[in-house]
Formats: sequence, C-alpha cells, structure tokens
Amino acid sequence: MPVQEYGIVERLRGSRVWRSVFRSGTGTSTLHRSLAVQQNIFLHLFATKVRKRMIRFNVTWFLGTLTLGTFFILVITGVLLMLYYHPSVPQAYADMKDLQFVVSSGLFLRNLHRWSAQAMVFLVFAHMFKVFYRGAYRTPREFNWVIGVVLLIITLLLSYTGYLLPWDQLAFWAITVGSNLSSTVPLIGNKIHFLLLGGNQVNANALLRFYVLHCVVLPLAAIIFIAVHFWRIRKDGGLYVQQSEPKMKAVDDAALATTEVK
Amino acid sequence: MSEPKDFIAGVDSDQRRSPTRVVFVTRRTSAQVKVTHEDEVQTFPEVLFRAALIIELLAVVLVVFSLLFNAPLEGIADASHTPNPAKAPWYFLGLQELLHYFPPVVAGVLVPTLLILALVVIPYFDVNIEATGLFLVHRQKRLRIFYVAAVSLLLFLMLFHVYVAVVPTVIVAIAIVIAANSTLESPHRFRRYLASKPLAYWIMTWFLFELIVLTAVGTFFRGPGWSWVLPWRS
Repeated sequence: MPVQEYGIVERLRGSRVWRSVFRSGTGTSTLHRSLAVQQNIFLHLFATKVRKRMIRFNVTWFLGTLTLGTFFILVITGVLLMLYYHPSVPQAYADMKDLQFVVSSGLFLRNLHRWSAQAMVFLVFAHMFKVFYRGAYRTPREFNWVIGVVLLIITLLLSYTGYLLPWDQLAFWAITVGSNLSSTVPLIGNKIHFLLLGGNQVNANALLRFYVLHCVVLPLAAIIFIAVHFWRIRKDGGLYVQQSEPKMKAVDDAALATTEVK
Repeated sequence: MSEPKDFIAGVDSDQRRSPTRVVFVTRRTSAQVKVTHEDEVQTFPEVLFRAALIIELLAVVLVVFSLLFNAPLEGIADASHTPNPAKAPWYFLGLQELLHYFPPVVAGVLVPTLLILALVVIPYFDVNIEATGLFLVHRQKRLRIFYVAAVSLLLFLMLFHVYVAVVPTVIVAIAIVIAANSTLESPHRFRRYLASKPLAYWIMTWFLFELIVLTAVGTFFRGPGWSWVLPWRS
C-alpha cells in the first residue's frame, strides 16, 4: 500500500511500531474495519457491524453510552480525588476543605465527581426504563436485563458508599438513616448492620469500609459486569430491533422493494 | 444415513455483505422469514465515533455544570447533633417517604427486595412475553380483575394514609380504563397506543410514576419531622 499518499496519521498507522500494537493494520476496507474491532481486546466485546437504524438517536437516546461516559468521568476524577483524600476521622473532612481552598481545581474536581455520580444514577434508571419501553428485555436478552439490574444495584451502592466519604453532616446522617434500615432485617439485622459499619454506629471504621468498597470492590465489580453486559449485546444478537412496529416495517418493506427492483 | 433426504437446501451468497449462507428447511415446517435484510454499518468507525462524540458532549455539559454549581458540603459530621430532617441521598428518598407510612422492615427491607426480584423476573414472566394489548383478549374477565386490584390497592394506600401514592395510582388506573375502552382501530392515535399496551407496560408505568412522585415529595416537600412543606415557601 502506498502510504506516502496519505497524511501523517496514515503514515503513523502504517509504521512498524503501530502495527505491532494494532494488528488490524491500515485501510478502510470492510475487512480492516471489522478487524479493528475484532482484534482489540476491549472492542471485541462489540459486534463488528450494527444495524443502521439502531444508531439513530431516538431509538436508544444513547442512554447506555451516556451511562458509560459518566462512569469514565467518575473513574478519572475519582482516582485524582484519591490523591488528596485520607479515609480517617476527622482528616477526611479536612481534606474536603483542602480541596475547596488549597488544592488547585480541587473544588472543580469534587464538583465534577459529585454531579457525574448523580447523573450516572439518573442515567442508569433512564436507561432501564428506555430498555423496558422498547421491549428490548425480551427473549433472548433476558439475562442481559438481569445483568443490568445487577449494575443498577452496583451503581446505587457506589453512589451510596461515596456519599459518606466527605464526612460532613449530610454524609453522616444520610448513611445513618440508610444503614439503620439494615438492622430491621429479621433475625440477622443487627449482624448485617455491624458488618456494614464495623461498629454499632457510623464511625471511623464505617468510613474505612465504605472507602474500600467505593474505591476498590464496587468499581471492580462494575467493570466486570459492564464487560459482560456489553459482550452479551453481541451474543444476544445485537441491539433489539422492534419488528412489530407497523410503521417501521412498512418503511423497511418499501426500501426492500426498491432494492429488489434495482 | 441411507434414508431419502427429508429437507430442502438453499444457498444464498452476497459476498459484499455477509459470508455464504446455507439454509436447510425440513419438510414439515415452513420457513418463516422474519428479517430479510437490514442495512448495517461498521462499528468502527461509525458507531464508536458517535459514542465518543456523545460522551464528549456529556463531559462538556458536566464540566460546565461543575463550574457553575458547587457540590454541597455541610459542617463536619457530629453524632450528637441530628439535623431535622435527616435525609438519605435523593434516589433513596422514595423509600424514605415510604418509611414514613410503613414499619421499617416493610419500607426498608421488604419493598426493596420485592422491587429487585420483580425487576429480575420481568423477562422471565410469561405475561411479559405476550406483547399484545391487555384487554384485546378476555376483556370482561380482565377488566373485572383490574377493578378489584385497583380498588384494593387504593384502599390499602388510603388505610396507611399514603395519599401521595394515590395520585399516580389514580392516573394510571384512568389510563387503563381508557385503554380497556379503546381498540387498535380507534381514530385517536393515543387511544390506539394505550390499547396496544400489555400488562407489564402498565405495571412498569405505575412503578415509574410512583418512583417519580415519591422521590419528588421526599426531596422537595418534606421538612422538619418529615412534615409537609412547600419548597417555594421556606
């Protein structure tokens, strides 16, 4: 392939180093583009082709993609916030004040993390209802719906454990109200409550537990389930297409008829 | 394999779109063609670039929002000073609102557990597979069941003074009654739409309405001692 004819990007993509990383190589053929997806460990979760009408905005409103976007933002801002945070009492609260007044852009960083978290919870719910109203949970996609429910729970737990970390009044009492519910579970309620908080009330142990859950356990769980969730889209035959919608079908039939006449 | 063949074979090839396809149709079945052909696009670059674009737009919106509005931060946590009201994060305020009416074991344990179970079984529940309108078959019988269910639900809510949950219930119930009295041939588009909706749709819509109303009430209309307050009058 005469790479000289292309720009610097194409020349870079044709270079030996690039080729050693991305095995699919350059080129715009269907094969190359399929390989670009197939031979990438992250992208191979997805199908190489998608039905054209599924990429229209009003089909999915891109709610799943947007949820993933908030997750990316949360991971990036979350890691940066970890650099300035000590999960101990009362240092945690002092760190919030430092983020506000001392750390460059610290306040912005915390704002972005907080608002993205709220957005993610909202988007997860929105995505769930959109999928339901499209009927996209039906066979053979039942199990992916269940994985979605698991991801909903993980998202709520992520948001809930993160809520305690600033160690302000809002955090303390929200977690107190929430965790007290766990002690109402029949028989083992108090044990669950103690296990969750590392004590009988919200204290330094609870902060450390929530920190570990929020920064390690739950994000890892989320990543694993997100990967399965995406992979199942491909395995279950791509995004759900509404076959029964008469208007849509009429359009398609017409389109098909014209193709056949040609 | 000495028996005579009991199938019809066909070959279809369109190398630009897909590999060669071979079809075997056994004699006693007739192949029902569901999808003949659909236009497809490559994931790379078409879909991935769209996804990247939409995520970038989201990032821009969130960055601007974060520059304009600060995340809340109150005084340091103090176990001896209880704020009134002490509220959970907004997405749990629907449950906290229920906590106001029902004992903790119901609102805090039973309801969330049942909700999660209900969400999990949705796709496995036979009723949901049936994607046709609720009242298109067995109309009289189903209407009777609906009236009994709706009235008992409303009485139950009234008994526990959950008046905020009554409003969405009544709205959805009215919509269901309209659906029962509409057909797919109705001249009104909205009535055709309602008539085509299965049971799962109605349950989920009721859940969505309740979720929005209870969360909104818990967030905006609850003050000291979980008393009713108006957000614009502080």
